[in-house]
Amino acid sequence: MIASFGTRAAEAACSASDCPSVPANIAFGITAAIMIYAAFRVVTTKNIVHAALFLVLVLSGVGVNFLLLQAEFVAVTQILVYVGAIIVLFLFGIMLTRAPLGRSDDLDNPRNRPAGIAAALISLVVLAGSVIATFSDTEVALDGPNSVEAVSDSIFGPYLIPFEVLSVLLLAALIGAIVLARKD
Amino acid sequence: MLLNQFLLLSAVLFCIGIYGVVVRRNGVMVLMSIELILNAVNINLVAFGANTGTPMGQVFSLFVIAVAAAEVGVGLAIVLLIYRNRHSIDIDELDELKG
Repeated sequence: MIASFGTRAAEAACSASDCPSVPANIAFGITAAIMIYAAFRVVTTKNIVHAALFLVLVLSGVGVNFLLLQAEFVAVTQILVYVGAIIVLFLFGIMLTRAPLGRSDDLDNPRNRPAGIAAALISLVVLAGSVIATFSDTEVALDGPNSVEAVSDSIFGPYLIPFEVLSVLLLAALIGAIVLARKD
Repeated sequence: MLLNQFLLLSAVLFCIGIYGVVVRRNGVMVLMSIELILNAVNINLVAFGANTGTPMGQVFSLFVIAVAAAEVGVGLAIVLLIYRNRHSIDIDELDELKG
């Protein structure tokens, strides 16, 4: 009885999508390490162009995480919008403000560094503590391959009005950016 | 895969972004740190959506991506305007509101 219970528990632990997800876990570990290093370099590097290029690494890693969570459409959108458009916008912003392209020591405000470290550490402790206390061993339930279909049904079904409002917001942001940035 | 691993990664990215927003003094770098924060939120949304088995998380993260694109456009326009008026984008020098 006890032995069969133990075997069943072991089977449950192994069949609850734990054993098949070992490659996914390895991929997650590698991506997470690269992302954390790159994010750290984004906020600490002395070269502003390097910060933009490290941001590319972080954003691509977020896309890989979306793929691991079987959110293909969001992953492709992430790569297209962020890596394709927003990074180019950042590089244009760096160029147009004539930022120092080489190494420069005045990108940081040293007086704010203790406050920044304190804010980051406190929020990390609070966030990580609450996450660990709440979802200690919840498995991500990844289901069928119909994720894109479900997303499109949601966007053009119950979320149609927010979607249209969002397109108006994008138009307003476009016109606002042109009005702000044009010369006269 | 555990839900926790995605949530912890996103918490770490969020806190690194907060550090960047507080410490950086270049306007463009502050916008980059805000992008880090928004991406951490997106990972959270998609992970919770996968956990509940509904596409809502993905829909909301798509909305966040679109709003972030609009935010970067307007933000960079504002930074350009500041540069044109003051020939510097050091946000520590923008203290006209200080009494």
